[in-house]
Order: sequence, then structure tokens, then C-alpha cells
Amino acid sequence: MSRLATAFAKDHPALVTFVTAGDPHVAATPAILDALVAGGADVIELGMPFTDPMADGPAIQAANIRSLAGGTTTADILAIARGFRDRHPHVPLVLMGYANPMLRRGPGWFAKALQDAGVDGVICVDVPPEEDDALGPALRDAGIAPIRLATPTTDAARLPQVLDGASGFLYYVSVAGITGKQQAEQASIDEAVARLKAATDLPVAVGFGVRTPEQAASIARIADGVVVGSAIVEIIAAHGADAPAAVTTYIRSLADAVASARKVTA
Amino acid sequence: MNAPNSFRAQPDDRGHFGDYGGRYVAETLMPLVLDLEREYRAAQADPAFKAQFDDLLEHYVGRPSPLYYAERLTEALRESAPDGMGAEIWFKRDELNHTGAHKINNCIGQILLAMRMGKTRIIAETGAGQHGVATATVCARFGLPCTIFMGAKDVERQAPNVFRMKLLGAEVRAVSSGAATLKDAMNEALRDWVANVHDTFYIIGTAAGPHPYPELVRDFQSVIGREARAQMMSRTARLPDLLVAAIGGGSNAIGLFHPFLDDADVAMLGVEAAGEGLEAKHAASLAGGFPGVLHGNKTYLLQDDDGQITEAHSISAGLDYPGIGPEHAWLKDIGRVEYTSVTDTEALDAFQLLCRTEGIIPALEPAHAIAAVTKRAREMKRDQVILANLCGRGDKDIFTVAEALGVAI
Repeated sequence: MSRLATAFAKDHPALVTFVTAGDPHVAATPAILDALVAGGADVIELGMPFTDPMADGPAIQAANIRSLAGGTTTADILAIARGFRDRHPHVPLVLMGYANPMLRRGPGWFAKALQDAGVDGVICVDVPPEEDDALGPALRDAGIAPIRLATPTTDAARLPQVLDGASGFLYYVSVAGITGKQQAEQASIDEAVARLKAATDLPVAVGFGVRTPEQAASIARIADGVVVGSAIVEIIAAHGADAPAAVTTYIRSLADAVASARKVTA
Repeated sequence: MNAPNSFRAQPDDRGHFGDYGGRYVAETLMPLVLDLEREYRAAQADPAFKAQFDDLLEHYVGRPSPLYYAERLTEALRESAPDGMGAEIWFKRDELNHTGAHKINNCIGQILLAMRMGKTRIIAETGAGQHGVATATVCARFGLPCTIFMGAKDVERQAPNVFRMKLLGAEVRAVSSGAATLKDAMNEALRDWVANVHDTFYIIGTAAGPHPYPELVRDFQSVIGREARAQMMSRTARLPDLLVAAIGGGSNAIGLFHPFLDDADVAMLGVEAAGEGLEAKHAASLAGGFPGVLHGNKTYLLQDDDGQITEAHSISAGLDYPGIGPEHAWLKDIGRVEYTSVTDTEALDAFQLLCRTEGIIPALEPAHAIAAVTKRAREMKRDQVILANLCGRGDKDIFTVAEALGVAI
């Protein structure tokens, strides 16, 4: 079983956590990733910084700018991934970002580099199923999961196309909007997750706007995973290189809430 | 129908111009982009849509724009040309349109589409403010609320256009993220759009972005080339030997070129902004960039080895963008259109030359085209004809030009 499949087969819903690579600088990222794992994160999303993060809200935009201002390169990100894989052989690692940095040296180069670094999956915000040829085949050939996004605007007619060629897990973007801003109504999340789970055997993780343990628990009652990003990035922005301790404390509060959510329903 | 080997049959049904174009957007936007394509196909098949578009272009925009023989400029260039050389120079006068540039052609088409789709709010990005003014204009004309995203630096540099947009009833939102210029304004417009897909239409200002934007903007702007072709035939009973147009995103150029693409004897020259020089800061994506993905399409981009987008520079804010429309990327690769670039200094010289020889103050964007014309005309025979697109007037640029010439006004 793949690392991603194992993470979603645990006895509690998966806590999926996002940070931007190289924020606030490259040397700080490994300790922050370790802090996520120490706090109980089940899946790590490592953001590849981009100059033009057009799907991101202010918190992650600022993280991208901090990282690039510090000189983060693609080689740095791959080294961070490789180091993480060495320290944490069983925790799945997913790269998330935009098409241009991923495709710069060609999709085959990128997929091979990720394979060598021990990366499990890729979320590319601006490669929809219609443009799968640009990246998907190379990832699949290298055994890396192309993780697809579904949104409130993905209707029943379109969903099969989104699921075709998807693997790892399905990321439900719970609000039509950018990262970190608003939180969706729980009822709309419940409805969407039920609809998605009826259409796929892939685990369904829900993200965008999730900040509190209570929100995470509400989502964990129905979804296979909860994604938290901007709130962690804000802690890193506030604490800089001293962030790991604060990150671990925060992640533990989320992990406890997610774990207890399933016990309530079980 | 187009012949199988036509250059005018792009894009394919996935919105690809060869390797370029496409629909590289977030999933949230994808259904809307597909809706837009369906609605555009319906509009293309609807005679009432075309009739309304044509009527507005005639009576509101002031089309057709004149085709003008620039006799004094032609003569001035012949003085320094070798014997028997010095082509005739003709201009398509799109600077005489309402709002002073070609931008309005596209805005009329897109707002009619927005209304067909039942959208009740309009957003747009702008660099120099010309597309913002054109968008605010059509929004006032049709009574739709309008928000224009503009880089904070550009808001500062282009105060007169900011005031024009506000007079026309638009909200101007200054964008301070990133470098606070055009590409950041476009990022912010996309962020707004993704959060307001239910009621909002994004009027993109150039022939770029996700399919079907490059196609529909080209089609709306092709009125320039269709008119020019008919006017040239009627005035001179021949086609021009060379078409010349400036390129930022490339909408005025593709509008002029597209109706001529299958005329094998008509050469075409697109002129990018070389800024301070191709070895320094510039905005020439084709000359100095590499293929990549930004703002919904695959095209040539100014970027570093890791795919980070680099800042463009041109004295002309309208050319100051690190990408280019995907159809130009394709036309460059297949060799149908030649592309060159012109520096800030060369554009300023051409700007002044046109003022003095023809009594026309051009915008800094077509001043780049004119600079290229001054070089090419001397290398072409006297009985040859160059047609250049004068895509905007220079009122907006007089402060920039004065500063560049060291004049206080």
C-alpha cells in the first residue's frame, strides 16, 4: 500500500497540513516539517513558492514572497523533500503549487526529480483535467499521484472528468474563492462530501478556510481528511524561525480534535 | 470554411494554438470558462449578436476607423533611404476610436457576452489604464457595476486614467501585492473572479488568458484587419506588402494580422518592447522569454531558470507585461509572422517623428510599431506598401514623454 493510502487507512481521519517551502528561509523548513509530524499531521503538503500565486489569499501570498525573497530555488525544495523522506520514511509528502515552476524543465524531469526525492503526490492548482497531458502522464509514469481538486462549482456532469486519472486523494476546495479567507457552511460541506464519496473510492479531504479544532472536528466527522494551510502559515509568519514549537502545539490541537471526531461517531 | 492548411483555423477545440494557449485555470473557474465558450459559440451563430456589435462599433465607437496615407512621414524616410527605396507608409487609425485606442472594440464584444450570460458585475485588470477606461466606459454605457484592478505603482503613475475610470463610475482597486504592476493586477482580478464566479464576468484586455479569451478577443479585434483589408483594396486595389503592429499582450496586432494570415504575399512584423535593451530590463517575451504557463495559458514568458516570473519593463505601460498572447507564440514558432523589438529610446524618437511629420501624437505603444516602420521602410522599394496599426493616441503619455525628454510641464 502506498504511503498516501496508508495514511488515509488509519483509525482516524487524516490531518493534512500545508506550509510553504523556504518560508521564512530554506534552512528553517525541515524543523517546521518535523514540527508538523510531531504534532500529529498525517500528510504533509509542501508548497512550491511562485511569484504569481493567483489562487492564494494574503497569508500564503506573503509566504511565497518571503520564500522567494530568501532565494528559495527548485533545487532547495527537492533537497527539503529528500531530507524529509530520510527522516520520516512513512509520512506521505505532497508538493503543491503552480504549473510554471513544475513544468520549467519539462514534466519528465520534474516527475523523475520528485521520484528521486521520495515525493508521493502533486497538487497543481492550474493544471485542470483538460490540460492533464501537460503533467499527468509524466507523474503517473513515475508513480507519483496527481491529486485533483473538486470545488463547489464542480457539478455532477463534470465530476467524472475530474476523477478520471486522479489518485492519492480527492481535495475538496470547500469555498469558491482563494485560500485562507472564508469558511464554508458545514451543511454545504456535508452535502458535497457525500456527493463526492458516492462518486469515488478515493479518500476525500476538505480544505480552504479551516482554522479551529472545532471546524476540523466538524469536517472530520464526515470526510476522510482535513486540510489546514493558511492558519499554519500565519503562525510561521508570526514566529519566524522559532515557529516549530508553536506549530507543534497548534497541530496537536487539530490532531486531537480530528481523532476524537471519529470516536464520537464510531 | 478555412482551407485545411489555413493559418486562420486556430485554435483547436481545446483552445490550443499548436503547443500554446489552453485552459490552465483553477478548478473553480473551469466550469465558468466552459460556459463562456458555449455562450460565445451561441453568440457567433446569432445574427442579432453580430448586428448589435456592429451597430455599437459604428455609432458608439466611431468605426470604421480611417485608413490614412502618411505622405510626409513617407517622404521624410525616403530622404535618408538609398535610391529607389522608401516604402509608402499607411496607418490604420484606431487611435480615433472612442476612448482613444483599439481596446474598446474588445470591451464592446465582451460586455455583450457578459449580458448574454446574465452576469451582473464586471471586473477587469489594467496596466496603463487604457483597458480600464474602455471597460469602465462600456460598463457605464450598459449600467453594470465595474471594479478595475490596477497595480498600486500604476495607480500612482497613471493618475489621469484613474480619475477617468472613477468619473465613469468604476471602482478602482489598487493592488499592492507582488510588484504592484499589471501582472499583479491580473492575479488579483483572478482572485476576485474565483470568489465571485456566480455573478461576475472578467473582461480580459488582451488576446491572452484561458481559452476562449485569446480567440474571442482576436475575433472582436479582427474588425481592424477586416476594415483595413477592404479599405486598402478599395483605395489602392492591392494588398499591403508588410503589416506592422506593436505587441504587449498582442490584441491590436492579432486584430490587424488575422484577416491577412492566408494572404501569402503579405508579410507581418510584430514589435515587442525592448525597454532598456534585450540585455537589460525589457518586456520582449518572444525575444527574451521561454514557453511556460501563466494566467490561464501556455505561452512565451519572461522567467528565470526555476520558472519564477520576472518583471517586465517598458516606457510604455501598455507593453509592460511578462507574457504574450498564445497565438503570437504559435505564429512565431511556425514563422508566419516575424517578431522584432524596439527600445524605449527608439520609441521616443518615433513618437516625436510622427508628431512633427504627420500632426499625430501617437501612444507610446504604436510608437514602437512606428520605430520599426522607420527601419523597414528604408529597406523596401518605393512602390511597396507598409500598413501599420496606430492603435492608440498619445494624450495619456505626454507626462511620461515629457519626463523622458527632461521637460517639466
